[in-house]
Amino acid sequence: MLLELKGLCKSFGSVVAADDLNLALAPGEALGIIGPNGAGKTTLFNLIAGSLAPDRGEIRLNDRDITTASAHQRCKFGIGRSYQVPQPFESLTVFENLLVGAVHGRGLAERDAAAPCADILLRTGLIARADTPVRSLTLLERKRLEMARALATKPQLLLLDEIAGGLTEAECGALIETIRDVHAAGTAIVWIEHIVHALLAVVGRLIVLDFGRKVAEGEPHRVMASTEVRQIYIGIEA
Amino acid sequence: MAGLADTIIQGVLLGGLYALFAAGLSLTFGIMRLVNLAHGDLIVLAAFAILALASWLAVDPFLALLVALPLMFGVGFGLQHVLLNRALGHGILPPLLVTFGLSIIIQNGLMQGFTADSQRLQAGAIETASVSLGGGVTVGLMPLATFGSAIVVILGLNFLFYKTPLGRAFRATSDDLEIAELMGIDHRRIFSIAMGVAMIVATVAALYLGMRANFDPTIGPARLLYAFEAVIVGGLGSFWGTLAGGVIIGLAQTIGAELNPEWQILAGHLAFLVVLVLRPRGLFPRALD
Amino acid sequence: MASERVSANAASYRLAVTTRPSIALAVGSIAFFGALAALPAFAARDLIQDLIFVFYMLALAQCWNLLAGYAGLVSVGQQAFVGLGGYLLFALTIFGRLDPLLAIPLAGLIAALFAIPTGLVVFRFRGAYFAIGSWVVAEVYRLVFAQFKQLGGGTGTSLPPFVTNEIAGIEWVKALFDVRTPAARDIISYWIALALAAGTIAAVYLVLRSRRGLALFAIRDQEVTAESVGVDNVRTKLGVYVLTATVTGMIGALIYLQKARISPDAAFAVLDWTAYVILIVVIGGIGTLEGPAIGVIVFYLLQRYLADFGTWYLILLGVIAIAIMLFAPKGIWGYANQRFGLVLFPTRRRLVRS
Repeated sequence: MLLELKGLCKSFGSVVAADDLNLALAPGEALGIIGPNGAGKTTLFNLIAGSLAPDRGEIRLNDRDITTASAHQRCKFGIGRSYQVPQPFESLTVFENLLVGAVHGRGLAERDAAAPCADILLRTGLIARADTPVRSLTLLERKRLEMARALATKPQLLLLDEIAGGLTEAECGALIETIRDVHAAGTAIVWIEHIVHALLAVVGRLIVLDFGRKVAEGEPHRVMASTEVRQIYIGIEA
Repeated sequence: MAGLADTIIQGVLLGGLYALFAAGLSLTFGIMRLVNLAHGDLIVLAAFAILALASWLAVDPFLALLVALPLMFGVGFGLQHVLLNRALGHGILPPLLVTFGLSIIIQNGLMQGFTADSQRLQAGAIETASVSLGGGVTVGLMPLATFGSAIVVILGLNFLFYKTPLGRAFRATSDDLEIAELMGIDHRRIFSIAMGVAMIVATVAALYLGMRANFDPTIGPARLLYAFEAVIVGGLGSFWGTLAGGVIIGLAQTIGAELNPEWQILAGHLAFLVVLVLRPRGLFPRALD
Repeated sequence: MASERVSANAASYRLAVTTRPSIALAVGSIAFFGALAALPAFAARDLIQDLIFVFYMLALAQCWNLLAGYAGLVSVGQQAFVGLGGYLLFALTIFGRLDPLLAIPLAGLIAALFAIPTGLVVFRFRGAYFAIGSWVVAEVYRLVFAQFKQLGGGTGTSLPPFVTNEIAGIEWVKALFDVRTPAARDIISYWIALALAAGTIAAVYLVLRSRRGLALFAIRDQEVTAESVGVDNVRTKLGVYVLTATVTGMIGALIYLQKARISPDAAFAVLDWTAYVILIVVIGGIGTLEGPAIGVIVFYLLQRYLADFGTWYLILLGVIAIAIMLFAPKGIWGYANQRFGLVLFPTRRRLVRS
């Protein structure tokens, strides 16, 4: 197992964000997560990536207990994440953003990082903007950069948080292709998304979260057709 | 035993003075997150204002205080309106440097106007009067009045903050400035009023500062540090917390002075650092950082 | 070494930082440095003393700029290390009988040792709390050093002649330039100050060109996100804090070697060693390497021609601080950079095709 969550619990006062969550992810697997707002999806990512400490429970990566490991250590162990609202390093260029990840997350020397970063920029369609300061990027480019920077750390597990939001149909399609390529290259993906058709194009398993608990799990189309999901999501299109 | 009790009471009452120094800062720091390095100097400015008014109008400091209060409100309002509002919203450095510049200007302006001589506010009999608390313990009337005033001020601030529309506006702006703007609150005006109120509190503090001991244009920065220590130890957004913070610093200083007079201020600083290392957000934080 | 398949296209890319202007500058600065080093042969003693002030203020400004402009640590407490360095110099030369030339670097190393626990304490605080906390820590240093009666207690002490008259090399300097002991001491202080200023600029630039520098840029922009891409925030910040403390300690040692008289209030003064330094950095351009140099020249001119006006001069400085922060927060170089794209010390990593 690449990632294991055992009995993960997290509350903010009386709000339960994670309620005894259990999860197992195989290496190279693609998992989708859906759920209403406030279900605890981003909290789950924060717990996995290490920016939040759980109240109880255990997190294991490659059978190593990382529950108390810091965020930057988890990155070095192989967890990469992108944020819902892109958080690029504004005063740096696109290339420099990736360079930070390649040097600090992956451990390369700056000289050696140029080619791998160029590779990622080519695959995510950002090569033409390599030396552009981040301020002048469009939303789609920022989202691509968000993912590219996570990829620069050479993660075994990539956490994508609502990366398709705010994009046009065509832009969304292009992004899905890129994510498919990343998955095909062997990176495990956990993807939170509201735009479910994007998820269904990539993931092999789907989980539904509500009030910090797993409400449904399984093959994506079957989960979407289940009564629990229907109850939570009245009116969404699959 | 009376010695220990005496020390503790002295420390608590000193805490009242520090709470007075800190209450205005608690207001502005809590609402605007403004690190006002000129706060101490503004208290000193208020003390000189009371001094000048008392001598010019030939009244005692308490009456001069009443005249000084609206004047200092105006000073605070004007300062915030013209200067400080412009410095806010761009990170921590602009307010720091602007208020530091202000501090230098006030100190040197006062020196030009009043010379560097030590001054004192003459309060008459109250300065040396004392009250017996039983058990062989007596306290000066002045420290008691200072502490009492601190409590009155904090009760007043709490009332303002939690029971008035203005206070609601303060709290809303402190919690979420952008949303407060959407609700029709002009944050710039709120900030100016807050600074005015803070100056009123600072003027009360100045009265007791000036009656208690000699003052001169340069003592501002030390008072600033004690005030900040009280506010931070107490926790952001809580006025009673500020009182508790003041008492802790006052107690630490007094106990330190008992051990060795040269250790008084050091003891206060060390207490501040110890509390903050254990509780980085202070003891009773209410607002979000 | 990377062990994945990188497309042939990607493999043709490499990283570049140096630019043609910067190479010209590097050559030019070596020449300039040489000229400055030779200056005591021609210059009057007044100028030498003024330049000592310029060099050590420049070095202090570079340190504070690294701390606040690049690492985002707005400290109001660097005077702790200036005073510490000064007192260490006095202690090492008077009690340790060390030569001042040895005491200065040693003071820096000891300051680094002090900086580690100090940094761990102040890093518990964020933003405004960090600023105030760092000032309180500096006050603690001041009050503690005021307790050491052997070094003059609260009133301070002077460097005895056996220290000031016997600095290594002083006889050689006296013979070379045909000057008396006090002037020779100034010349030696001048060379140390020049070395410190140049060394500090070089050290800061090296940090910014290194992976540490890359981490600093990331932390400055998005502290939490930096952690998620592998940057160790605490270690990076502590590293910068200790480095600046070391250099600041050495500068403090030099300052008080030159002044030959120390007291807690002077050595730990927030005005001289922090307020003026912040003003220099902000006038010149915070967050740029070139800024502090411009700022220190402006500040020197202000001091030189206006300091005699006493309180009015200080009021003017206060007004300048306010005006700069409200109307020109980027500083002189900041605007020049924005307008003309001038960079003398490039730190941009560019992706170029081989």
